[in-house]
Amino acid sequence: MLAKRIIPCLDVKDGRVVKGVNFVNLRDAGDPVELAALYDREGADELVFLDISASVEGRATMIEVVRQTAGEITIPFTVGGGISHVDDMKRILRAGADKIGINTAAVVNPQLISEGARRFGSQCIVVAVDAKYNQAWGEWEVYTHGGRTPSGIRALQWVKEAETLGAGEILLTSMDADGTKDGFDLPLTSAVSGLVGIPVIASGGAGTSEHFHDVFTSGKADAGLAATIFHYKEMTIQDLKMDLKQKGVEIR
Amino acid sequence: MAIAIVDYGMGNLHSVSKAVERLGYETFISSDEGEILAADGVILPGVGAFGDAMEHLRQSSLDVTVQKVAAGKQPLLGICLGMQLLFSSSEEHGTHEGLGILPGSVVRFTGGDYKVPHMGWNKLQYREENSPLFTGLVEGYVYFVHSYHVLPEVKTDVLATTDYGNDVTAIVGRDSVFGMQFHPEKSGELGMNLLRNFLKLTGKPSKEVRF
Repeated sequence: MLAKRIIPCLDVKDGRVVKGVNFVNLRDAGDPVELAALYDREGADELVFLDISASVEGRATMIEVVRQTAGEITIPFTVGGGISHVDDMKRILRAGADKIGINTAAVVNPQLISEGARRFGSQCIVVAVDAKYNQAWGEWEVYTHGGRTPSGIRALQWVKEAETLGAGEILLTSMDADGTKDGFDLPLTSAVSGLVGIPVIASGGAGTSEHFHDVFTSGKADAGLAATIFHYKEMTIQDLKMDLKQKGVEIR
Repeated sequence: MAIAIVDYGMGNLHSVSKAVERLGYETFISSDEGEILAADGVILPGVGAFGDAMEHLRQSSLDVTVQKVAAGKQPLLGICLGMQLLFSSSEEHGTHEGLGILPGSVVRFTGGDYKVPHMGWNKLQYREENSPLFTGLVEGYVYFVHSYHVLPEVKTDVLATTDYGNDVTAIVGRDSVFGMQFHPEKSGELGMNLLRNFLKLTGKPSKEVRF
């Protein structure tokens, strides 16, 4: 049986980790490579880098970050943010990333999923979905452009289409839960997990180990992603994993 | 000499070669038969489709080179698709002939209650406890990404399995030929230590680093 995965997410801008990071034992808390290595040692099962650089130079820097990280860590990692072409994917994979996360570009051009899957294999293509509950619809809507733009697309319909096009994994962020620390969005996560046959990474709302337990059991998620609670040391990955093991969750 | 990583235009060679270097071995990436046959050990990596990989190997005559390595004394390690290529045939998108170094076939996961690809951390069960690969290592989790798996014909070629609905072949080995279905370079401390035990078969000591 597969172990449930714990995945820290790092936001990187122009080669530096943004979003407050609170590590006293790092020489340079803004260095994504050093932080990635630390999370690896602490027992993270995988990492996600979200490149929020807006400039060409920033993106070029990210390639260098990917290359260095690949040589430093012993776990798989995904790079997402602003990737809209298979050539971008190729560059990042060549630099040593294991998977590519695509979000807005996939909504705008769904063929990017199939093209990427055909070129590099489905296992490389992670479709990131930002979803928010739409009261009028009585279900979730996909948002693009970092959660700023409602797309008019139903999330449950979109994840199914993404799977059909060849996505290897869904990184599902609940915009309703994100930042609340009140727990993952269990109805959304379990609805998506029940619908697709590919792994689902739940994101948004993690605050306690109980929240991870719930998303792995009633949410049926394969992996749980968080940023703030790990960065601010509110919870170490080691403690979280030990706690989950005691609760009977299969953990590496 | 050093560890040769066979370059046939498929897969991510960077991560594997970095992992080997961190263990204290020199590496070089090569598609030259002379260089590969002169190396201390050889790694056959691979990501992608079986048929494409075999075609690339044949085009550069590297299929014969790898068969020569396997017939000799140099330790050979196939990783992921590289392990599958060691076998007789695969049914990935049609039927393809493999390198035929080990007898057996590569088949797709049937799915059912289990998601395909088999992607994530799964636990190894050692089948041949005395294999030099397992010296000093307890069973633990390693990182898998694959939709096809190997059914070896010879039971003793299976050194370790993992449970994914059925027993899935995770490590194979016979004489100086080995294969790992998972990615040892992406499998934390246990993966690095399995890789280290393979590299030690070259007779050269590894660097005692911890991960």
